Amino acid sequence: MLHRIARILSLAVCLGVIAPAEAALKVLATTPDWAALATELGGDHVNVYSATNAFQDVHRVEAKPSLVARARSADLVVATGAELEVGWLPVLVQESGNAHIQPASPGYFEAAAQLRLLDVPSSVDRSMGDVHPQGNPHVQLDPHNIASIAQALTARLSVLDPAGAAYYQARGADFQARWQQAIGRWEARAAPLKGLSVVVIHKDQVYLCHWLGLREVAAIEPKPGVPPSAGYLAELVTKLSAAPPRVILRNAYNDTKAVEWLAGKINVPVVALPFSVGGTPEAKDLFGLFDDTINRLLGTTR
Amino acid sequence: MKLTTWIAIAMLLASGLPAEIARADDLATLRSELNGLKFEYQSRIAALEARIAQLESQSAIASAASPPPPLPPPASPPASAGGTGTAFNPAMSVILAGSYAHLSEDPASYRIAGFVPSGADTGPGPRSFNLGESELTLAANVDPYFYANLTASVAADNTISAEEAYFRTTALTNGFTVKGGRFFAGVGYLNDVHAHAWDFVDQPLAYQAFLGGQLAEDGVQLKWLAPTDTFIELGVETGNGDRFPGTHRTGNGPNGGAVFAHVGDDVGDSVSWRAGASWLDRRAENRGYLDENAVGQTVVNAFSGTSRTWIVDATLKWAPHGNPTLHLLKLQAEYLRRTEDGTLVYDTAETNSGGDFRTVQSGWYVQGVYGFMPRWRTGLRYDYLDSGSTRIGLVADGQLPTAAFPILAAASPRRVTWMLDWSPSEFSRLRAQYAWDDARATVRDRQLILQYLYSIGAHGAHKY
Repeated sequence: MLHRIARILSLAVCLGVIAPAEAALKVLATTPDWAALATELGGDHVNVYSATNAFQDVHRVEAKPSLVARARSADLVVATGAELEVGWLPVLVQESGNAHIQPASPGYFEAAAQLRLLDVPSSVDRSMGDVHPQGNPHVQLDPHNIASIAQALTARLSVLDPAGAAYYQARGADFQARWQQAIGRWEARAAPLKGLSVVVIHKDQVYLCHWLGLREVAAIEPKPGVPPSAGYLAELVTKLSAAPPRVILRNAYNDTKAVEWLAGKINVPVVALPFSVGGTPEAKDLFGLFDDTINRLLGTTR
Repeated sequence: MKLTTWIAIAMLLASGLPAEIARADDLATLRSELNGLKFEYQSRIAALEARIAQLESQSAIASAASPPPPLPPPASPPASAGGTGTAFNPAMSVILAGSYAHLSEDPASYRIAGFVPSGADTGPGPRSFNLGESELTLAANVDPYFYANLTASVAADNTISAEEAYFRTTALTNGFTVKGGRFFAGVGYLNDVHAHAWDFVDQPLAYQAFLGGQLAEDGVQLKWLAPTDTFIELGVETGNGDRFPGTHRTGNGPNGGAVFAHVGDDVGDSVSWRAGASWLDRRAENRGYLDENAVGQTVVNAFSGTSRTWIVDATLKWAPHGNPTLHLLKLQAEYLRRTEDGTLVYDTAETNSGGDFRTVQSGWYVQGVYGFMPRWRTGLRYDYLDSGSTRIGLVADGQLPTAAFPILAAASPRRVTWMLDWSPSEFSRLRAQYAWDDARATVRDRQLILQYLYSIGAHGAHKY
């Protein structure tokens, strides 16, 4: 008899333990990087969905029905901000019928808002191409940015799910410790890369270059978001032939055509970088993203 | 033994759960109030922590090899240049559109054979250079509860109209959204797509014949999204129904309404789709249209009764890994079927004789747009209409000959349209379109239209 009751009580306890897991915070991340970060920090207390994959250009994403459905049930939207997702995220938020994720709500988080951005234009005009008034939004390739964003995201998770605050703080502290250690490792390994001259496609490696001290000598896009004309490419060949860069950087989502053409003309290797979690088989999570980025960059210097 | 088990469970349920629920309610209210407060200071703490972390990591780096130039601390929130009054200005955007049309037939003679004319928005528009609709949109959150949007349309004839002027809720949860004012009805796929986002210069023939091109509603709309990973949206709306196929009514209360349902999902990374069904119900009172009598004089006939339209729509989009930069494919089809039931009065000015009237008509289009290289797209559309079955009481009982209603003579208008467009950026598009238009049934209209679309101001976000 007592044995039975004990079993029932233990069952109830089990249910009690299971219940919060069922009520996991639903996180809609706009990129695989924020999805990976939310998973690192939230563990099994969060249920994370990434709106995009590493092969998509986050400027150009469809406000697909599946994403509207995810926005409807989300407790937290983790976006890049700085108008990177301006062409599609507002539609998801507006169509969601979900007050919790409206901008300025605790359920709406922008990574870029936690940082001071690079490339903040002193004036903006669309003749300058796809410029972002608040600064360059491609912030994920500097691990120090990730650390700051992780701090703020941990705080936000604790606000949204106060019962799990201790859990998030513990995970956050653990992540920060591992992350700072990894940064030390990456920076030591990447020391030979300092001063490496690179050509980029879009201005989306700015934070990587800034972090590792790479020297960006040219961009294949004449202006952000503007594809190069034949004339511009010819000019670039002339300019770069005179002083060839060590390497051309390409992101997983970029088209290979213009890059390979230019690489052939000036006889410089192209390095395909993951750019986002999932962009290469090795970039399985945020640690893998930086490990692989540095491995691939170091590969060119050997 | 079994009994004790059940009693134990019942006790657990009876004692524990209701208390839990009651407490949960109180807790929820308290918690949401607390959360508001917490959010404020936690974000400040977070900012401070971030700064500390940054400083720590910088000092850690300083001791390690080759420190990068230190990043400054987090920025204070941008914009809001205090006191100038501009911080709260709504987002503003302007769309400019214009075209050059070369038409083999006089557009004044345009009609869709077998269908009651639906208003001004039918046909390819005038010949030669045309200033299209210039749209000005102002939109912003009103307060924490509502969002408002005004789209004013300036037509080539210097008239300004409120294309859309609506409010929408932002504070509802559980998937509910309420919209009110003037807005494009939620029926079909293309109906609530703004003209500058169309894949062709003009609307499908079925939209021109059944919805007067694009149906706006002055009323209210309620939408609900299901809490599922598959997109399931249900909507209902009602309003004054004074646009074709309805008419203005003098009485109180709404004129009909619409219900619609949409479902959608992804298939892998590369394919997404949406499908829907809509039902539009309207009443028309003396909805007049021009026709010719047996001796070629213009007469006004008028329909009164119910007009009910079914719409089924399906859209599929493909892009490798969901990245449309290089290649994209968009397939789209809609089927519309309308039943009108009531009375038809012949020659309201003179003969003014009426009889019963019933017609069942249908139409569809199917189109594909293919992005074959960055910035370039081409598309093909096929339109088909069936004037269906029409019973005109005045003809059936021998009062008037069939020839008294030339517009209602059986016909199956069709059209083939090809387009090519080039978008130098997200904000500009140049398009060429060629159509073989057999809407008149008597003669084929060959239409070449060149169009430009420019967008300035706030970056708009486009619906699926």
